[in-house]
Amino acid sequence: MSAAAPRVGVVTFPGSLDDRDAIRAIELMGGVGVPLWHGDRDLQGVDAVVLPGGFSYGDYLRCGAIARFAPVMDEVRAFVNRGGPVLGICNGFQILCESGLLPGALIRNASLRFVCRWVHVRVESSQTPVTAELVPGEVLEVPVKHGEGRFVLDASGLGRLEDEGRVVFRYCSRRGEVADEWNPNGAARGIAGVRNEAGNVVGLMPHPEHAVDPDLGPTGGQPLLASLLAQALSRV
Amino acid sequence: MDAVAEPLHRALGLTDEELARIHATLDREPTVAELAMFAAMWSEHCSYKSSKVHLRNLPTEGSAVLVGPGQDAGAVDVGDGIAVVFKMESHSHPSAIEPYQGAATGVGGIVRDIVAMGARPVALLDPLMFGPLTEERNRYVLGGVVAGIGGYGNCIGVPTVGGEVRFAEPHAANPTVDVMCVGVASADRLVTSGTLVPHEGSLMLLYGAATGRDGIGGVSVLASATIEEGSEASRPSVQIGDPFAGKLLIEASLEMVERDVLEGLQDLGGAGLTCAVSESAARAGLGAELDLDAVPLREPSMEPFEILTSESQERMLAIVHPSRLAEAQEVCARWGLASSVVAELRGGGTLTVRARGDVVAEVPARALTEEAPAYERPAEPPAAVEGTGDDPTFLPFEGDLLEALTTVLRSPNVASKRWVTEQYDSIVQGQTVASGGSDAAVIRLPGSLKALALSTDGKGRYGALDPYLGAAHAVAEAARNVATTGARPLAITNCLNFGNPERPVVMWQFAESIRGIADACRAFETPVTGGNVSFYNESGGSAIWPTPVIGMLGLLADYRLRLSIAFGRPGLAVYALGETFAELGGSEFAETVLGAAGGRPPALDLAKERALHALLEDAAAADVLASAHDCSDGGVAIALVESAIAGGHGFVVSLASDLPPHVALFAESASRAVVSVTSEKEEALLGLAASHDVPAARLGETGGPRVVVDGLLDTTLEELRDAYESAIPRLLGDPA
Repeated sequence: MSAAAPRVGVVTFPGSLDDRDAIRAIELMGGVGVPLWHGDRDLQGVDAVVLPGGFSYGDYLRCGAIARFAPVMDEVRAFVNRGGPVLGICNGFQILCESGLLPGALIRNASLRFVCRWVHVRVESSQTPVTAELVPGEVLEVPVKHGEGRFVLDASGLGRLEDEGRVVFRYCSRRGEVADEWNPNGAARGIAGVRNEAGNVVGLMPHPEHAVDPDLGPTGGQPLLASLLAQALSRV
Repeated sequence: MDAVAEPLHRALGLTDEELARIHATLDREPTVAELAMFAAMWSEHCSYKSSKVHLRNLPTEGSAVLVGPGQDAGAVDVGDGIAVVFKMESHSHPSAIEPYQGAATGVGGIVRDIVAMGARPVALLDPLMFGPLTEERNRYVLGGVVAGIGGYGNCIGVPTVGGEVRFAEPHAANPTVDVMCVGVASADRLVTSGTLVPHEGSLMLLYGAATGRDGIGGVSVLASATIEEGSEASRPSVQIGDPFAGKLLIEASLEMVERDVLEGLQDLGGAGLTCAVSESAARAGLGAELDLDAVPLREPSMEPFEILTSESQERMLAIVHPSRLAEAQEVCARWGLASSVVAELRGGGTLTVRARGDVVAEVPARALTEEAPAYERPAEPPAAVEGTGDDPTFLPFEGDLLEALTTVLRSPNVASKRWVTEQYDSIVQGQTVASGGSDAAVIRLPGSLKALALSTDGKGRYGALDPYLGAAHAVAEAARNVATTGARPLAITNCLNFGNPERPVVMWQFAESIRGIADACRAFETPVTGGNVSFYNESGGSAIWPTPVIGMLGLLADYRLRLSIAFGRPGLAVYALGETFAELGGSEFAETVLGAAGGRPPALDLAKERALHALLEDAAAADVLASAHDCSDGGVAIALVESAIAGGHGFVVSLASDLPPHVALFAESASRAVVSVTSEKEEALLGLAASHDVPAARLGETGGPRVVVDGLLDTTLEELRDAYESAIPRLLGDPA
């Protein structure tokens, strides 16, 4: 690895499942994946943090409700306050919402069933580390796999989120149309991902780390991870 | 219950003869705890007492076989120092009573079998059979089973990549819920009784969940008897799954294997602690001293017999040398798992069990395991096989062919299973090249170009008409499904689902099925590495069809050359490989369009079948083909339409055939595939086909929005896709 390769930490909670996959995807895209452990108060000086998918602590309570108390999350909060880029994928998104680092909540899919399928998302904002190199309106093909991915927020909160341009991704057709038909979980306004006010924390339900290898399917995750690596590098 | 008390041994499922045998072994009256141990270990589920004499007829040897039947799972060498471990099991009885937990714990159990071999689970496949979806109860069972499989599999991070879903009336009271798990290990790190030697004085470390009262009598009450009215009362015998603990068990166990701290590893499944301790000790030629006071309990008031036979989930038993105990316990603690030394291996072969200071059982370990009874039960063919009289091949058909095609396409046995497969995480671990909708799932081996091709197949309706042929067809179709991806079939596991073995007809079906599997496996050189027998799938005297389900493991030398079923672009030449005969017996068309269930299943020429597999493997390796699809349920018509739907391109073909049109379209003759090929490679395909002596007929070309079979069918692909995709959601009242 060249000295310039950004180091991206991936936290393993008990019950994390896509942690190895996230590390593999980061390395495929030219970064260095650094495994982080939930019980350690140490981010090992990484340039960006990924909270991966899975069922942390079994998610028998609300998803992410226990993981937010993990020792490593204190360090993640401090990292966020320093402006460090943080990406929460699926369960990671749920953990960020439970931690108060992102607005809203993710509840049971409207179908009441787990759903694993390839979907399209439209980029709504470039003001995040994972979309900085993308143009709003771009459409990416990525997979979702979750039972509780329906984004909800009260009406005034939703209004503020829209006004502040903090919706980052919406489910859409391959041509970019947003409609119920393309929404896999009943999320409010088709929201698939959001960011915090500062713009350095992003959560999304789809899995970019499972859309980087052309041998396995579409590669809509590549530009997102490439952007994350570039942004992390700019902080090095 | 009646006031007249049943003797304890009978209540536990032991016969009077078996009790006498226990007396003879111990030379005294057994204690309550001993009786419970024998009842569990000598149950049909654990002892294979009715099937053993037949299972010996299966071919189990092969150059690639590392571990054959008798261990937790079979293992095959796929080269590069990689061992693939795989096994299939059923959880049908629990699923009939409590669909969600029954199916979920089935997944947990098979995953622990794979982990117990020191392998990381990389794929799950679920062959499922239910009653027709027109019945509310069957819809409920399907929904619960699928949610349970997803609920467990999705939560432990093992992709569910395949299986099958079938529907037939005999499965209404007795759904068949089988599950296969595949794992990968370094060949030199496999944990087997052959590779690791436990020593006298070594310790048995029980780790994972605490032991509770759930699942007591699971093997003897549930799995080894028929399900009758009022079976809800046996719900307490169904275990409850905790997938989070299951995930931690996987990681902790594999870390112990990786650190080389183990002398043995055993999962706790059927018959719980009794089975794990007695099998580990017996295999090592040793005995053990088991202290029940050391077992962490959920309920402190549990009786010794309950602790001994509890089937509480998410528990495993590690055998460690005292010098490595601290390290093993440290790994468990790191993953948040409780661990406790419950037993010590002793010389002499006796299993001594203590509770609160008293000896509650003292039996030879081998008496529970290797010396369990084996029965040569009477087998007798039925006077006449139901329905074989009228062969539907010769019934007149004057209906509309397009309507018939749509009817077959909408049949839940044929229609898209997306409603089911989307509830499974099929992509976690990042190695899934192909899953639902493919003939076989394709999973890459990390750090290699090689990939595994995996398929499960059962042919219930054929089996009902002819159990020998049905079983042979199941092996042939599983091998063909693997071959159409370009892979070479390597070895099988199986799950043999049958009715009550105490009925001579069922035993005959079983023996015939074993003969069919054995003949097919010998012909394809795919040895049997293990499996599972599920008897007593009947209620009220009505059994399921004899349904051996085959789990086939195939190997692709280079995953980049794997074939998909899809017509990937317009202008490809479409060929049919193999021959179509006048064979509608047992076909989807006969059942759904003609309403005729009888006749003979298609003939099966094992040499021709193998030639097709070899052709497909060679053609894929030489990059000759653009697609390949197995031709089975619904015949060549359905194979063509499925390839078109998968690729989004229609076709124009003609079936030059002397057969009546409906027979040419829908016959389910064996040893066939539908392939597509670019024009510049047609010559190469024909050359290969000739060298393998497989007939190849050019049917037409891909392309356009229509599906046209010259003079017979002309419709839009869109219409067929809608019929195919919407059939099952509509039956479930869930059109979204």
